[in-house]
Amino acid sequence: MTGNAVTEDRFPPSPPAGKLFRSPSGPSRLIPGLPLTLGYTLFYLSALVLIPLAGMVFKTTQLSWSEFWQTITDPIVMASFKLTFTASAIAAAVNGIFGLIVAWVLVREPFPGRRFFDALIDLPFALPTAVAGLTFSSLFLANGWIGGLGRHLADLVNWLAGLAGFGEIVSADALSWLNFPYSNTNTGIVLVLIFVGLPFVVRTVQPVLREWDTENEHAALSFGANSWTIFRRVIFPEIFPAWLSGVALAFARAIGEYGSVIFIAGNIPGKSQIAPLQIVIKLDDFRTAQATAIGIVLLFFSLLLLLGINGIEWWTRRREHRVA
Amino acid sequence: MSEEAKLLNVSYDPTRELYTDINAVFAEHYKARTGVSVTFEQSHGGSSKQARSVIDGLKADVVTLGAGWDITAIERAGLINPGWQEKLPYNSSPYTSTVGFLVRKGNPKNIRDWKDLTRPGVQVIVPNPKTGAAARWAFLALWGATANAKTHDLTTFQGLKDAQEAAHSARDFPVYQNAEARAVIEKFYNNNVPVLDTGARGATVTFAQKQLGDVLLNWENELWLALDEFGKDKFEIVYPSSSILGEPPVAVVDEVVDKKGTRDVAEAYLKFLYTPEAQEIVAQNHYRPRDVEAMKKYSSDMPPIPLFTIDEIFGGWPTAQEAFFADGALFDQIYRPAK
Repeated sequence: MTGNAVTEDRFPPSPPAGKLFRSPSGPSRLIPGLPLTLGYTLFYLSALVLIPLAGMVFKTTQLSWSEFWQTITDPIVMASFKLTFTASAIAAAVNGIFGLIVAWVLVREPFPGRRFFDALIDLPFALPTAVAGLTFSSLFLANGWIGGLGRHLADLVNWLAGLAGFGEIVSADALSWLNFPYSNTNTGIVLVLIFVGLPFVVRTVQPVLREWDTENEHAALSFGANSWTIFRRVIFPEIFPAWLSGVALAFARAIGEYGSVIFIAGNIPGKSQIAPLQIVIKLDDFRTAQATAIGIVLLFFSLLLLLGINGIEWWTRRREHRVA
Repeated sequence: MSEEAKLLNVSYDPTRELYTDINAVFAEHYKARTGVSVTFEQSHGGSSKQARSVIDGLKADVVTLGAGWDITAIERAGLINPGWQEKLPYNSSPYTSTVGFLVRKGNPKNIRDWKDLTRPGVQVIVPNPKTGAAARWAFLALWGATANAKTHDLTTFQGLKDAQEAAHSARDFPVYQNAEARAVIEKFYNNNVPVLDTGARGATVTFAQKQLGDVLLNWENELWLALDEFGKDKFEIVYPSSSILGEPPVAVVDEVVDKKGTRDVAEAYLKFLYTPEAQEIVAQNHYRPRDVEAMKKYSSDMPPIPLFTIDEIFGGWPTAQEAFFADGALFDQIYRPAK
């Protein structure tokens, strides 16, 4: 009680609120013109997000329920959903693991050129996705740099051996396990989705790691915890919410990705067509309502996912508070 | 009329170079004749996508698309008056093309005709008929040739006349019931096509740049483009014993020109495409001119192979579209897993 009195003595009461500063307390006072900014925010979000989404839902209502159901349960469309969700989930999981490692190394391990590599992380954001798709597609062709890596290596070794006066010392097939011909395969789709999703995990985990107080680690260390336990019990719970959002964003991004995938996918109906390509196909057939029906399904699952993630975050925060 | 006019020509993918050449010459002629200087805007992309843009409000004065079906879609949206295809000679298609093969130099897989495309081990690069006009023509060409569709020599006046009369009098289309054609199509797309690109240019890139496949099945003009771009020492064109007459039609978008007041210049522009001068440019760009003289002059590049027409053999675009490429139609069924 006395402490409060001292504070009030020491700091003069805040100046009387002006017309736009009606709200007497709380952090909102820091932003000038609350009604204006709030109005602007609501308008902005409605115009950019809600209205187009509503339009999409409205367009779909041109279909009867059975037409809608028929559209989305068509075997070729179903196969495209399956491919899109599976490939996106695998890519998000890989990004979850390796994105975390990358973020950790970039924040915690100083090494020469760290800033350069840190800047590289944003490349997938900036690069036109078609360029990424084309590049990946040519790298992973049977005669591409990575697609035919084993064969190229064998050629190189034999060429060097030839210079040194030996004959062929490695047969062309000996290193075939180093060939990764994933162009026009569904593995290729996953690879390119990993690429476009990488920054999401790294960029959401990085700030939390940077803010992280290493005192906690030292404390755990002094209690005799080994480094794995420290990571599992001390560090990971702290970065978990951010990490989860990163994985979810990478997943959601992969679901909608079109530009890069069509260049590396085989695009064969029922086998290697992603759901966004099904949307384009319906549009090219002038069936806009069917196209939006597929879009609705993608949207529904993305929303479900984001809600789930928010739920988990909320739950972990609550638990932390209870523990504290 | 004002002294200046602006035309937007919304076209399909491969015609970039063709219309750049034609626009320059037309502008000169029109200025000399009427005193009006015309400036052009061009838009290129997949044929169906372009049609959709026009339906959705792109203010095209004229559309020059890859297949009649796409202009029919604009007509059904109420922007082009019915009967557009009879307004200009030859189904409103001032130039044509056909579907041929591009193979690697020396033709290592010995590809000579349609039946070679379904041989085991032969890989064919062709775009998806649901997303590209060229691919739809290629599908129809394979189907028609397998069913021994009746062909015409379209390099002569008589042949052109015969083809038109046959198209007008055609009443039934037994080709749709041809079991062999269906079997060949099913086998072909399932076993011989490793990749389905979404458009004609994408397929050319896959074959020529990414070095995938033994045969590229595409517009004749696209095959020539690959030769010009990537070198005559790498590829050669093979013409099958018969193929389809690919007719990319043109039309004035009535709704737009009436609002903008550009009807006169738009109609003059499309009529200009039939003049000997434009037909010469057409042939230089590896499209087949309707003009018999121009066709003869370029017959060493574009040999006079027997061609069948979509109107005579398949009963026109709406019928073919409904039977083959519509949602759930034959092309979708090919890829349905057997129940």
